[in-house]
Amino acid sequence: MKIHEYQAKQIFSDYGLPLPRGSVVETVDAAVEAATNLGVWPVVVKAQVQVGGRGKAGGVKLARNIDEVRRHAQTILGMNIKGITVKRVLVEQGIEIARELYAGAVIDRAGKCLVIMVSPAGGINIEEVAAATPERILKLRVQPGLGLRAFQIRQAIYFLDLPPETHEVTSRIFKALERVIMDHDASLVEINPLVLTTRDEVLCADAKIDFDDNALALHPAIAALRDENEEDPLESEARHHDLSYIKLDGRIGCLVNGAGLAMSTMDLVKHYGGDPANFLDVGGGADPDRIAAALRIVTADRAVNTILFNIFGGIVRCDRVAEGVLRARERSGIDLPIVMRLVGTNEDKAREILAGTDLIMMPTMSEAAQKAVELSKRGE
Amino acid sequence: MSILIDANTKVIVQGMTGTEGRFHAAQMIDYGTNVVAGVTPGRGGQTALDRPIFNTMREAVAETGANASVIFVPARFAADAALEAIEAGLPLVIAITEGIPTLQMMDVYWEAKRCGARLIGPNCPGIITPGQCKIGIMPGHIHRPGKIGVISRSGTLTYEFVNELTLGRYGQTTCVGIGGDPIIGSSFIDLLEMFNADAATEAVVMIGEIGGTGEERAALWIKDNMKKPVIGFVAGRTAPPGKRMGHAGAIIAGGKGTAAEKIAAMQAAGMPVCDRPDQVCELLAQAGIQAQS
Repeated sequence: MKIHEYQAKQIFSDYGLPLPRGSVVETVDAAVEAATNLGVWPVVVKAQVQVGGRGKAGGVKLARNIDEVRRHAQTILGMNIKGITVKRVLVEQGIEIARELYAGAVIDRAGKCLVIMVSPAGGINIEEVAAATPERILKLRVQPGLGLRAFQIRQAIYFLDLPPETHEVTSRIFKALERVIMDHDASLVEINPLVLTTRDEVLCADAKIDFDDNALALHPAIAALRDENEEDPLESEARHHDLSYIKLDGRIGCLVNGAGLAMSTMDLVKHYGGDPANFLDVGGGADPDRIAAALRIVTADRAVNTILFNIFGGIVRCDRVAEGVLRARERSGIDLPIVMRLVGTNEDKAREILAGTDLIMMPTMSEAAQKAVELSKRGE
Repeated sequence: MSILIDANTKVIVQGMTGTEGRFHAAQMIDYGTNVVAGVTPGRGGQTALDRPIFNTMREAVAETGANASVIFVPARFAADAALEAIEAGLPLVIAITEGIPTLQMMDVYWEAKRCGARLIGPNCPGIITPGQCKIGIMPGHIHRPGKIGVISRSGTLTYEFVNELTLGRYGQTTCVGIGGDPIIGSSFIDLLEMFNADAATEAVVMIGEIGGTGEERAALWIKDNMKKPVIGFVAGRTAPPGKRMGHAGAIIAGGKGTAAEKIAAMQAAGMPVCDRPDQVCELLAQAGIQAQS
């Protein structure tokens, strides 16, 4: 789960990290008031959206006076950045930047540990730095049980060549990267840029924290930070039903049991010249109630003109799945063509149940995908 | 021959009194797996499926001489269950449970390593050596004994491939689901090493998906070490970046972990790569592996 910059900065402030002064607001008038209260110029007006590249999209503006604050807040509030409508802006004191650095922490899947990363090349996409000039990133491996050690923090400080008077605060910042991950089950923390000002102060100018979805139940206060405005409404609804659903731009609605099989089904649709409308995993057990909820969600996307079921039942009883699909279709009243591929226990019974209906049973995944593509094209 | 499990494996089911645990333990017993006991704290002294239930793993291992455990306990207790199995000295621990927090798995991973336990999963379908032993949730009947090793990050997608193999008369030595989480106990390479050393395995099918760099690292290892053909597949060619595709580990993040990169790495290692699951038998035949009669 992602959170907003202002929320991440709130967490940083709990760790006593140095932050620019500022406040988050939802209206133009409140933005003006916030800027006035700061009592310094210039100020920065920053869109609070959880997508990258908001600066390039015009979502971050410098204001030198009240009029500019008003104008920028008017432009940014309500602006659409990569499909997300901006509902809040952060109004912050402007800072005089001497150097832009990068500091981050991430779970290293291959190394099975936390890794702290610092770089003198902050302010830009760290992946680009990693690709073009990997020697400009220092990676510190945090061994579980040992934690981030003082010598590692010194390595980071010397690597970044920071002035001595900043060492105490930067130590605190690097240690906090580890603490934020460990205390909140975060999967990623980034300060980009970490700014050294012209007066040799260090400030966390931006803040990004992602959390492990599997651990949200352990952290109700973090789970409550979720902003559903950032999600596709159908994705939110699916989440409430414990379904894993991602909306895409195609026309073939895919309902599959299991994430790997769901991805492969989408890939096959594409392979045969069609476009999947979604990723949807109804769960390995293919429970009929969940299938009914899934069918509602998939067909709520008006672009969908064909439904493709791919259920590898295995232990699951296919006759129950078939009945579940028929019932769900009846209740929802949808009349889109449905292609079904069912494998598993009682497969024959399922075929009997579906024989008298207009549902199209296909024996294999490839044939089912091909049929769905054909029907989808016919429906266009 | 096989890897990890065979007819001599004696299994404890952690969480055998729960709905999932009981259902799948019954399926495992039906398949012929030697399930010797269950462990559920507070249920010690009871029986389930005619097997004794113990309060602790130590007790269960001491009483039964088990040499493997499988974990069905809910996510919030699962890391603890795995640590208990490792502490009890079991050499093989298979975690089926989905949804375990990553940081907890990090601790379990290092503890398993320190104690020399082989951890499989979590968030995986388990392991099956067809005709001998099934530990997990996969449908037993689609498998058939043979000479192909299968390693996969997925559940039902593995069944899809196994089904193709069995229909094409390619039986399996052992099929291992390594799990769909960011931190898993055993990697592709760990299992490839075992299949490489297993005399009965003539070729391996490796089923990957987007996210992480496990497939890329495995491809490099294969190029330098593998003595047998490895057929590859990668799910998620159409997956958009930044979106988690069901599995916690299946996400294209920071431009890394795409299907295209993984397929390129496999091809660079000289591996045949399937575009579709139903090509797997054809590619095995092309690699010189003959179907069974």
